[in-house]
Amino acid sequence: MDFDFTPEEQAFRTEIREFLAENLPPRAERGRGFMGEWLKKVRDKRWVGFSWPEEYGGGSGSLTEQTILKEEMALAGAPPLGTSSMGLAWVGPGIMQYGTDEQKRRFIPDILDSKVNWCTGYSEPNHGSDLAAIQTKAERVGDHYVVNGQKIWTTGAPWADWIILLTRTDFDVERKHDGITCLLVPMNSPGIEVRPIENMAGDRNFAEVFFTDVQVPVENRLGEEGKGWSVTISALANERSSIGEVTQMFAKLESLKNLVRSTNRQGKPAADDPAVHRRIGEFEAKIAAMKYNGLRYLTKQLRGEPLSSETSVNKLHRASLEIEMDDFAVELTGLAGVQLPGSEEAVDGGRWARSSLGWPGVVIGGGTPNIQRNIIAERILGLPKGLIPSRSGRMSYAEP
Amino acid sequence: MDFGFSEEQNLLREQVLRFMTDACPLSVVRTQNGGLAHELWQKAADLGWLALIVPEAHGGVGLKWIDLAVVLEESGRGLSPLPIVSQALAATAIGRSASDDVKREWLPKIATGEAAFGIGLYDDPTWIDPEGIRLEGVQTLTGTKPYVSDATAATHFLLATRTDGELNLIIVDAKDATLAAQPGIDRTKPFGTATLDGVAPLAAFPMSNGDLAFLTDCGAVAVTLEAIGAAEAVLELTTEYATNRIQFGNPIGRYQGVKHRLADMFVDIESFKSLAYYAAWAIDDAPDELPRAASLAKAYASDAFARIGIDGVGLHGAIGFTAEYDAQLYLKRSKWVRSAFGDADYHYQRAARLGGL
Ligand SMILES: Cc1cc2nc3c(=O)[nH]c(=O)nc-3n(C[C@H](O)[C@H](O)[C@H](O)COP(=O)(O)OP(=O)(O)OC[C@H]3O[C@@H](n4cnc5c(N)ncnc54)[C@H](O)[C@@H]3O)c2cc1C
Repeated sequence: MDFDFTPEEQAFRTEIREFLAENLPPRAERGRGFMGEWLKKVRDKRWVGFSWPEEYGGGSGSLTEQTILKEEMALAGAPPLGTSSMGLAWVGPGIMQYGTDEQKRRFIPDILDSKVNWCTGYSEPNHGSDLAAIQTKAERVGDHYVVNGQKIWTTGAPWADWIILLTRTDFDVERKHDGITCLLVPMNSPGIEVRPIENMAGDRNFAEVFFTDVQVPVENRLGEEGKGWSVTISALANERSSIGEVTQMFAKLESLKNLVRSTNRQGKPAADDPAVHRRIGEFEAKIAAMKYNGLRYLTKQLRGEPLSSETSVNKLHRASLEIEMDDFAVELTGLAGVQLPGSEEAVDGGRWARSSLGWPGVVIGGGTPNIQRNIIAERILGLPKGLIPSRSGRMSYAEP
Repeated sequence: MDFGFSEEQNLLREQVLRFMTDACPLSVVRTQNGGLAHELWQKAADLGWLALIVPEAHGGVGLKWIDLAVVLEESGRGLSPLPIVSQALAATAIGRSASDDVKREWLPKIATGEAAFGIGLYDDPTWIDPEGIRLEGVQTLTGTKPYVSDATAATHFLLATRTDGELNLIIVDAKDATLAAQPGIDRTKPFGTATLDGVAPLAAFPMSNGDLAFLTDCGAVAVTLEAIGAAEAVLELTTEYATNRIQFGNPIGRYQGVKHRLADMFVDIESFKSLAYYAAWAIDDAPDELPRAASLAKAYASDAFARIGIDGVGLHGAIGFTAEYDAQLYLKRSKWVRSAFGDADYHYQRAARLGGL
């Protein structure tokens, strides 16, 4: 057991720090052209898609190097390494694993160069957690699929260029996981209509997306027809919680402590209140647990030992911290705590009040806590599945 | 970067597990009455566990607390009644604070198990602080020391005392003290109150406040390591029961009230395990980080294991309440663990202070 890095790994860390010292000005000094230059510079460093193989333009970074890169970027409060966030997170990895050579050539460079935005069309009005039951229909007609149906909660749909779309090509299957086909669809295709939805924080980032006789060329299919579920699963597996996340949460905890230091409650410093100490201690223990869980799982991966669904452990911690830390800040500061940006009384410019309305993206978006608990109980502990198979043992989907 | 155990450590783990299964199963644990199980103690000594963290120069194996961690985790899984934690704390305290003469005399006896130590630090059961040590004297002592751990199993006591505001540790022969056993909830963790009447210690040495804090942190980490194994045993027992017990036509583990509680147990155990491994590593390799690491681990485990102990019984229904069923043994351990070396309140608040509040 050791927490040391090899000389090469340390040199890599130094390289990142030097790069950041030179190329990341303080937030206030970042001018208009900053983001464009930043994206180009980190791209030249091959830090965008750092885990991707070099042959696709990635950085071929080892697991440990990826950890170091994420940690350093988070420590410095750096902006993202690319703006095609879903492209980098799962569309790109999905294409590298399942795509044709033509698809790789066509899509990967644009993702790395932040040239296109992707959105994800998985959830439907009637199928969220039970994703495999989706109903959006894709019918093969000649060298096209014709898509009809509806997606919802599609983050980024109002401005995305492309959508990775989960459709059903076969409605008469034994298992609902069969008969699903994954398509890559331009958002400007005729027949697509996007209707933004306002969330409780007042943002309009996600949307309903309607498909009416949308024609998608067969060459835009990712993976085999009917095998779209595996594509999805492996793509979602890419969405593992990272050390960068933990670093950001430690930073947030420090801001929370600063807030405590500057707050009086009942005329006395909150920083002297044992109940407040206890809450801060609990937050730190959970974040530290995430850190050391993460390192333990990373070690397993480095040793080539199989990981089961252990990442759900950190997802559950992340979900509860995402809710509780902001909520604590809001409660701590009384009626000032509930003031939004724009109010003169707002605490820290309304930062906490605002982010206290943002948790669903983390808590619901990536699989709800109940679903994470099902995963742990069924896949790790081996408890019986919740769904009792239907009597015929056959699931059939009525055509919409 | 490697946050996992070595092959040697894994072999050691298997060895302890075998010992617990073959020589010290729960049926044997249940027959213990607070005294030292001599045959088992001798086996543990023969296998080198008592010598593990004793330096080679003093007859030990010269390994670290992170190696001992494996032993504690596995003996905790089977609720071992052997006073290995107290023995390890004695080795740590003597190795850190005592003179060379005292080390030369006592460390080999610890390594062979010839001396079995009970530890008495704080006289006050709810005050982890030098002020919580009240017994006075260092040359001849008259007074009492309550809450001596593993007291009824010990041949010797290592006791904290004060003289003119200075702290000391003294070693006394158990035969020179009058011991009143203090029956406790967990019979595998026997206590006693030692009464001394003009007793001259066999050895005495000063202990700094820092050494006391270090020793307390080692204690907190040690009982948390035992709690990992114990909590995993509860989870295993309860998962198996939930898989087999049928109600309303289904295994109860199919119902999410049961299933999700078990998943949450897994989350908590994974988490205080990671925190405790890091703290155990820090004892030898990053002592500056130990106070915070120990507090985070012990705080998390204190609350989580206490809840696991209770739900381990509860999820079994009435059979969990029976003396015959093993779940209750773990519940008892969890209540002891919660208070030993500082509870969750104490450690969370300490972590916050160490973190700058
Ligand atoms: C901010 C945000 C962004 C999102 N972005 C996208 C996106 O870009 N693309 C996309 O495809 N989707 C997106 N989603 C949708 C997200 O994936 C779903 O919301 C999520 O999978 C849950 O589905 P649902 O909302 O239909 O809730 P449901 O599945 O209906 O769940 C409702 C409640 O029932 C519980 N529940 C459901 N099944 C079970 C069960 N078996 N056991 C116990 N409890 C259960 C859930 O935990 C939940 O509390 C986004 C969601 C949010 C909040």
